[in-house]
Order: sequence, then C-alpha cells, then structure tokens
Amino acid sequence: MTLNVSLEHYLILSAILFSLGLYGVITRRNAIMVLMGIELILNAANINFVAFSKYTAGNIDGQMASIFVIILAACEAAIALAIVLNIYKQFNTVNVDEIASLKD
Amino acid sequence: MTEQFLLQLSLAVLFIPIISFLILIFFGKKLHRSGDSIATSLLAVTLLLSGIILYSKLNFYPEQTLNGTFTWVSFSRPELTSLRLDLGIMIDNLTAVMLVVVNLVSFLVHLFSTEYMHGDVRYSRYFAYLGIFTFSMLGIVLTNNYFMMYVFWELVGLSSYLLIGHWYEKKSASDAAKKAFIVNRVGDIGMFTGILILWATYHTTIFSDIYSQLATGIVPFGDTTWLTVAGILIFCGAVGKSAQFPLHVWLPDAMEGPTPVSALIHAATMVAAGVYLIARAFPMLTADALIVIAYVGAITAFISATIAIAQTDIKKVLAYSTISQLGYMVMGLGVGAFSAGFFHLVTHAAFKAGLFLASGSVIHAMHHALHHKHDHETDPQDIANMGGLKKYMPITFWSFLIYTLAISGVPLTSGFLSKDEILAGTLAFGELSGHTLIPIIAFLVAGLTAFYMFRLVILTFLGSHKDESRVDHIHESPFAMTFPLMLLAALSLFFFYSPNPINAASGWFMHFIERPISVVPLAVAATSNEIFEEALHHAHSTAMYLSLAVASLGILIAFATYYWKKISADNIAAKVPSVYLFLKNKWYFDEFYDKTIIALTIGISKFFNWFDAKIVDGIVNGVASTTKHTAFGSGRFDNVVVDGFVNGVAYVSGLIGLVLRKIQTGKVQTYIIYVVFGVVILFFIYR
Repeated sequence: MTLNVSLEHYLILSAILFSLGLYGVITRRNAIMVLMGIELILNAANINFVAFSKYTAGNIDGQMASIFVIILAACEAAIALAIVLNIYKQFNTVNVDEIASLKD
Repeated sequence: MTEQFLLQLSLAVLFIPIISFLILIFFGKKLHRSGDSIATSLLAVTLLLSGIILYSKLNFYPEQTLNGTFTWVSFSRPELTSLRLDLGIMIDNLTAVMLVVVNLVSFLVHLFSTEYMHGDVRYSRYFAYLGIFTFSMLGIVLTNNYFMMYVFWELVGLSSYLLIGHWYEKKSASDAAKKAFIVNRVGDIGMFTGILILWATYHTTIFSDIYSQLATGIVPFGDTTWLTVAGILIFCGAVGKSAQFPLHVWLPDAMEGPTPVSALIHAATMVAAGVYLIARAFPMLTADALIVIAYVGAITAFISATIAIAQTDIKKVLAYSTISQLGYMVMGLGVGAFSAGFFHLVTHAAFKAGLFLASGSVIHAMHHALHHKHDHETDPQDIANMGGLKKYMPITFWSFLIYTLAISGVPLTSGFLSKDEILAGTLAFGELSGHTLIPIIAFLVAGLTAFYMFRLVILTFLGSHKDESRVDHIHESPFAMTFPLMLLAALSLFFFYSPNPINAASGWFMHFIERPISVVPLAVAATSNEIFEEALHHAHSTAMYLSLAVASLGILIAFATYYWKKISADNIAAKVPSVYLFLKNKWYFDEFYDKTIIALTIGISKFFNWFDAKIVDGIVNGVASTTKHTAFGSGRFDNVVVDGFVNGVAYVSGLIGLVLRKIQTGKVQTYIIYVVFGVVILFFIYR
C-alpha cells in the first residue's frame, strides 16, 4: 500500500487543526486556553501556506510567509500573555466570562 | 443806590426765604428750637432789605421801572425765531410796596408762630413751608412776565396746599387742602389759556413788551374780542386765587390750617395775589373785561358779607369777611379805581392779618383754658363759647378793636381811607357808565361789614362769659404774639398812609401808586383816566358821608342786637328760618357744587370706570382668553403630535436597542461564533 500524500490530506489536517483551535477559542473560559486555541489556528494557517507552496505555487513564498507567521505568533504570545497577566492583576481572574466591564 | 444794586437786593429778597426753606427742611430737627429763630431772623433780613428797596424807590426812582431780564430758552433756528422765553424781575411802585407788605406780614407771622405753634409735631417743617410760601409769593411780586408769574402762581398754590394740610391727620384739614388746590386749578386753567392767547400773538410774555405791542394796535388774532377774552381768562386765575365768586368755596375750608397760616396766606398775601395779577394786567383790560371784573367783585363782596352774618366760628367769619374785602378790591380795580383797589389791598393786608393773628391769640388762650379744664368737647373757635374776654386779654382786645374799626371804615383808620376811595370810585363809575347796581352793592356791603365785624367783637370780647370757671385760666398771650398784634394795629391807623385822616388823595401812597395808562384800542377802552378822576373828585364827599352813614348804621344795629339786646337775633332767625338757614349754610354753594359739578364729575368718572371695566377690560380679557385658548390648543398639539412623534421615534429606537443589546453580550467568544457563522454564510453565498 503506497501512501500517497496529496494536498487534500494537508488541507484536511489543517481544517481539523483550525476547527480544534476555533473550538478551543470559543469554548474555553480560561484566557490562556483561548490563547492556545489561537496558536492552533495560526499553525493551521501555517500548514496551509506550506502545503500550497509545495503543491501548487512551485516557489517558497508560502514557506516564507509561514516563517513570518511563526514570528508573529511568538510576538503575539508574548504580548497576549502580558495582557493576561495585567487582566489577572486588575480582576484577580483570567476567566473571560467575568471580565465583562465593557458590556455595561 | 444804583438801579443794578436795587435789582440785586430784590434778588436777595427773593432767594433768602428759599434758603430758609432748604435749611429747615434738611436740618430743621437738628437745629436749636428746630430752627425757628433762623427762619424768623432770615425773614427779618428780607423785611429790612425790602424796606430799603421801598425807601430807595420812593425817593430816587419814583417814576421809573427797573428791569432785569435774561433769555432763558431761545431757538435760533430761522423757522422758530419766535420761540424765545425770557425770565426777569422788575421793580415798579407796585412791586416795591408789595415787597414790604409780603415780607412784613410773613415776618410777623413767623414771630407769632414761634409761640402759637410751640410744641407742634412738625414744628420745623411748618417754618420750612412758611419759607417756601414767602419765596413763591415774592416771585409773583417781582416777576416781569406772565410765564414766571404762572410758575410762582402754582408754587403759591402748592405751598398753600402744604400749609392748609399741615395737620393732615385731621381728615377735614387734608380735605380742605385738596379742595383749595383743586378749586385753584380751575381758575389757573383759565389763566394759562389767557397767557397762551397772548403768547400766540405777541411771542413774548413780558408785561412791558406785550403792552408796547398792544399800544401800536396789534390785538390778538386781529380782533378786539380776543383781547377781552384774554383779559377775562387771566382774570380767571385771580378768581381762583383771590377766592372770587364762583370759586370762593375753598377759602372758608382753608381755615383748617393753623391760624397764623390763615393770617399769612388767606388774608394778606396769597389771596391778594389775584388782585395783584389784575393790577399787572390792568393796561390790557378792555372796558368789557373790566365790567365783568367789577360785577364778579361786587357779587363776591355781597354774597360773602351776607354769609358772614350767620357764621359762629370766629375764623369762618373772618374768612368770609376776607372774601368780601377781596371782592371789594376786585370791584375797585374793575370800576377803574386802580389806586384805591390796590390801596385797599395794602391796608387790608395789615388789619386782616391782625384780625387773624388776634383770633389766633384768642383761640390759643381758649384752647389752653379748655385744656386746663380737661374739656375736649367745647369748640375753642366758636364765638358762642366766648364773651367777656376783654378783661383777660386787653392787648388782644384793643388791637382787635382797632382792626375792626379799620375794616368797618371808621375815620382815623387806614381802612376808612382805602374803602372810601373805592366807594367813591364805584359812585363815579355808576355815574359814568350807568351801572348803578355796583355802587348800591358797595354801600350795602360796607354796612354789612360793619355789622358782622362788631357782632364778632361784641360776642367775643364784650358782655360776660357764659362759663365763669373757664375764664380764670384765660391769659393774655406772650410777647411774641402780642408784638405783631400791636405793630399791625399801629399800621391800621391813618397816618402811615396820609396826613389827612379823611382823604387819602393827599398822602404819599395815592401818588406813588397811579393808575397805569390803558393801551387797548380806544374803541374798547374804559373811561380815560382824566374823565374818571374828574368824576371821582365829584363823588368823593358824597361817598364819604354815605359810607360814614352806612358804617355807623351797621355798628349801631350790631350794638343794638348783641350788646343792648334791643333786637333779638334769634327772633329774627326764627321768623325767617329759610333766610337764616340759607345764610348759615353759605348759600348752599358747597351743596350746589356737590350736586352739580362734583356729581357730574363722579358720574363721568363712573361712566369711564364702567367703560374701563366692561369695554377696555373686556377687550383685554377677550384677547387674553383667545390667546389662552390658542395657546392651550397649540400646547395640546405640541404635547400630543410633536412630542408623540419625537417620543415614538425614541421609543422605537429604544425597542430596537433592547433587542440588539441581547446580541452584544460583551463576551468575545460569542462574537467569534457570530463571525464564524457569518463567514460560513458568506462562503455559501459567494461560492
């Protein structure tokens, strides 16, 4: 049995990863878990970039973009964690449901 | 004594009393004795100055008229060249004499009041008002034009109002003050109209300018009738101020004022202003105007003399006698006996001021005696409550007797001289013009005057007092009150005016005051001076004997009735009660005016009140209620439609907001779900 890995497989993997990330972002009450969901979504996008780069474009532009995204994700994680830290200082919780002072 | 200096002196005389007024009205209460000594001494100064003016005029300028004029208002625009008002003063012989009369009486009244008004609640204000009165009166005397004359005329009316109403807590006093003021206004309107007629024609109000233009033949509106009308209208002012028929009703009521005020204003000066006005206007009066004046004077003299017989209030008798004597003066001027009329003004000022001050002295004594007995019921002014006062008040009695002799026209007194001249004038006038009613009334009034004045003396001073216990406390008044009485009594004797006790013509006065030359066109002029003088000369001895006869007859009847009781006045009154009541009630003048003029005025006022209340107010209220209803409707529209629309919009927005706020939960994750679903939907739409 030959394993014929095609573009579709990558896209399916990426879609699953994205869905899991989205699920995490939507369902988790913990801000850190939400952040982690975002990381999953970003990585899903990375997989797409790399896959399209390999199978359709024929150059490495997509791979370059995915490296930028990784860098951005690192920055985002740093800033977002700092925000979460400040939220925790302000509200004594990181539960996103309870941080609703903008609502009123 | 230059002319300039004399004019300056007279200005000082004019303004010193107003200074007295200003000092007393502002600082009166803080001064020693409320400042009465300041007022009195200032008046003594003006008396001295006016004495100097009279002396200089008499000796240095007997023929000249000193004039000082300045332009007060002047419009130089060509279309208004005529609009110029000059103010000024002048001193002629009339002025010089009147200055002394006014200042003398005013000074004596000030002096008298220091005792009479002692302890009054508004003591300093009383003296202040005396000051402003004297100022106004001197203004009338000194002015050389009708305009200033009118201004001071009104000022005199005002100060008279203030002084009559001095005790304004008494309703009768405040009513009398208002009555005096309003009745005077009636005459003043006539005077004002007269002045306007002269102004419209001559464009000046200065006496000498008007008369010089008139002498060249210019008459108002080109018709001599207008000249007569102007003369009579100006005379209307005199009718009001000098209390002539039919405006005499205010003077008896004015007796509500303090007695010295009655002496000053309602006997010697203010009421003489009317006579003075006629004297000033004399050159422009036509024969017709003079006849009107003569008849008004005669009627006044007769009516008030008859009323005086039946009065029992000492001041009311004197008030009616004043009206009667003023009628005499007016009649004297009207018949052309100019000097005699004015002479009577001067002599009457002395003895009538004296009579009032003496009656003040009596009232003062009676008041204190009654007060001592705690008797507040008896009227201290009623002659029925007096009698036998001669013993207790000798100075008052003797001076009162001299004044009475003077007013009755008994020889050796000043009153005899002046009255005799007027009577001779009326006789001459009757002879020349055929109006014989005037001399008849004149002699009749002379007899009546003698009768009622002696009735007053007998009932007040002679006989015995009804209630002897009261008399014990009656004392002669203090020196400040008796001094004016004695001085005025001396001035009521003949030798001040003429060396000849039975004929004034040889005295200085009749030479000093001469009838001015008439300037009216010859066709309407009165009898010329020469012809009148001639007739006067003829009538003189007849007049003297006749006047002596009627005066002695009047005095005899008075003694027979009230002293020897040969004739019973009560019996006569009981026999003809209607006549007695008619006289007692003053010919029902007040009642007549109440029923006619006042009722008419009130009727008109009521009509206008009705008109105001129903028509004007109706229109106003109608407009208001229309506005109100319109506003109500407009308000409803605003509330329901406009506000409803606005509120509806707001309500709908609110509802939408309520729905939409459900979506906006503030939970980021919910939004993400929306976004995801949105993207999915968009994906299927645009695929």
